[in-house]
Amino acid sequence: MKLTGGQILIKMIKAEGVDTIFGYPGGAVIDIYDALVKQNGLNHILVRHEQGAVHAADAYARANKSVGVALVTSGPGATNTVTGIASAHSDSIPLVVFTGQVPTALIGNDAFQEVDIVGITRPCTKHNYLIKNVDKLASTIKEAFHLARSGRPGPVLIDLPKDIMQAQIDFTEPKEISLKSYKPNYKPNKKQLNKVVDLIRRAKSPVIFAGGGVILSRASDQITRLAKMADIPVTASLMGLGAFPGSHPLWLGMLGMHGTYRANMSIGHCDLMIAAGVRFDDRVTGNIEKFAPEAKIVQIDIDPTSIHKNIEVQCPIVGDCKAALEGIIQLMEDKDTNDYKNDRKVWLDRIEEWKSTTPLRYEQDNVVIKPQFVIEKLYELTKGEAIITTEVGQNQMWAAQYYHFDKPNHFITSGGLGVMGFGLPAAIGAKAACPDKLVVDIAGDGSIQMNIQELMTAIESKIDVKIVILNNQYLGMVRQWQELFYDKVYSSTNMENAPDFVKLAEAYGAKGLRCTRPDEVESTLSEGLETEGTVVMEFAVDREESVYPMVPAGGAITEMLLV
Amino acid sequence: MKTNSYLLSILVDDEPGVLSRIAGLFSGRGFNIDSLSVASTVEPDVSRITMVTKCEPHIIEQIKKQLHKLINVITVNDLTDKKYVQRELALIKINARPEKKADILRIVDIFRCKIVDVGLSHYTIEVSGDSEKHDAIISLLNPMGIIEIASTGSIALARENGKK
Ligand SMILES: Cc1ncc(C[n+]2csc(CCOP(=O)(O)OP(=O)(O)O)c2C)c(N)n1
Ligand SMILES: [Mg+2]
Repeated sequence: MKLTGGQILIKMIKAEGVDTIFGYPGGAVIDIYDALVKQNGLNHILVRHEQGAVHAADAYARANKSVGVALVTSGPGATNTVTGIASAHSDSIPLVVFTGQVPTALIGNDAFQEVDIVGITRPCTKHNYLIKNVDKLASTIKEAFHLARSGRPGPVLIDLPKDIMQAQIDFTEPKEISLKSYKPNYKPNKKQLNKVVDLIRRAKSPVIFAGGGVILSRASDQITRLAKMADIPVTASLMGLGAFPGSHPLWLGMLGMHGTYRANMSIGHCDLMIAAGVRFDDRVTGNIEKFAPEAKIVQIDIDPTSIHKNIEVQCPIVGDCKAALEGIIQLMEDKDTNDYKNDRKVWLDRIEEWKSTTPLRYEQDNVVIKPQFVIEKLYELTKGEAIITTEVGQNQMWAAQYYHFDKPNHFITSGGLGVMGFGLPAAIGAKAACPDKLVVDIAGDGSIQMNIQELMTAIESKIDVKIVILNNQYLGMVRQWQELFYDKVYSSTNMENAPDFVKLAEAYGAKGLRCTRPDEVESTLSEGLETEGTVVMEFAVDREESVYPMVPAGGAITEMLLV
Repeated sequence: MKTNSYLLSILVDDEPGVLSRIAGLFSGRGFNIDSLSVASTVEPDVSRITMVTKCEPHIIEQIKKQLHKLINVITVNDLTDKKYVQRELALIKINARPEKKADILRIVDIFRCKIVDVGLSHYTIEVSGDSEKHDAIISLLNPMGIIEIASTGSIALARENGKK
């Protein structure tokens, strides 16, 4: 069968089980777009900015547990993807990004819309390719998908010169992928697993610390079983929220800079930490010296470079989180004892006291809306079942603190890179992946303006998303730092000059709602959630509310600023 | 903390961009490269990079793991504490004033080097050996007026059988 490069590309994407891709055309990819409309079965969502395509693909991958795909043109189309790719790289999200490139003969000549996107994205992709020969196209695409989803997942970029997309060849199915230099180790070492069982049996005050890796390896069940078997309380990083049910009594809340008091104190006082799929980001550890000072640390990670990178661990396990946790559970079940709870009451009582003396708190009066109250109401009204995407800043932290995730793949946020403008395109991607789910972007007034153009994408593609803007008329998180650490000098963080978000929504063809009174929060949310189509709900919230607890950057995580 | 010198022998896919991936990894993560040499091997599509890097002991583990994580890196062999043969090649251009010529020739002879170019007022000497030999000969020749040195950096192979 004779196929062009463009046709091969579409065929190979479909063969990977992807049903929807996100993209934006241009001269260098015009042949691909031509092939795209002439085939059946691959849905294309036309975004309004290439950054949006990558964030949407990122969220599609997370919500769907599959690989996200973005397709863009050369030059500016390609450079516009860089932020999205870097975000997916930080969060280990499987993506394949296809960029157009000038014809092979022009590469290196500073041709129109030529950039060395392979060079630019080398440090923020798991791997990338420039295709120089159409014979290699199919096998490279297959390899790219394999790399994106296996081992520690991540974004892979393929740069496609225009002449290669036009070239015709006899298509043959590529062979199975076998890379001599890439063989991720999924199977954990049994001796190490036995060691963990031993450590658990002896631990008096253990904690499980779950990260994004648990969600990526689909190990939530295992985390939950392990926690229950030995009554081990569980905390998570921002990326790990949903790995363990947020409504379970053993749940400690999030860990880190804006972690709960009890989670941070538990880490400060635990004698054993079982860390799974985490990389000990500085936003989690605070001062390394004072992080879990009394604990033996078990660290499970598929990526050997994560181990001993930021902190020394006593029991490293390289392997898939799910396989390792399953292995530990099996060994525990096989032992003649089933007592792993080891007088856990003392430890759990201590945690309960931290919880009751210092819970997450805010006070809602009847004058001005507290942002936390909006999220709490959203949680109640959606029964905790919505997929939540976020922007970045205070809105993101309040979403993490006050929306309790019972299931994995329901909290989609730009964790490692913290990209403002992530939430709206991410909501579109998540909804495209899960059309039957309610998808809500919890946004800040600053962030939402960074990719607001994607409202048009949602409207055009009939992808209904709900946007909750917590409008504090500030770049709130930066303002909070200025308040606390820069003598309240609010340099360049005032956002009073803003568009009318209701009119803006309407201009795009969405519904807009505004709420300024605490007693109308619930009715506004209900109306917005029940209205069909894309809805923007703007809440005028307390301008100077801050996120607490807070660990000042570089401080010990047990030394928190409280309300 | 104390830094050590490490000798790594790295097999990589012989593909465009591989060296840039490695160099980018080092610069992006703040590791240093002391010397680097790249050449093909008997296997087609495989190149060998021999690298000397100076760092603290706990960093070398990260370096090796990070190198290994690059998709185009096939193996990373740390030769530092192993038995290996190592060579560097240097060309040393030196002032050859008449009264020093005999001294220079004696040093060349003792170190089993070669004079590969002679001019009216200079010799160019070819030195091959491990880095200690290079350091030694350079320190002896230096007082006589070295004009320029070109050097390859280390290449090395493990002594044990097998081709790794
Ligand atoms: C693209 C980008 N630029 C700048 C920042 C730095 N930054 C982090 S939070 C924040 C403020 C966000 O303001 P807003 O969206 O209104 O959220 P709020 O904190 O007020 O809830 C800024 C500017 C960022 N994270 N991303
Ligand atoms: Mg704001």
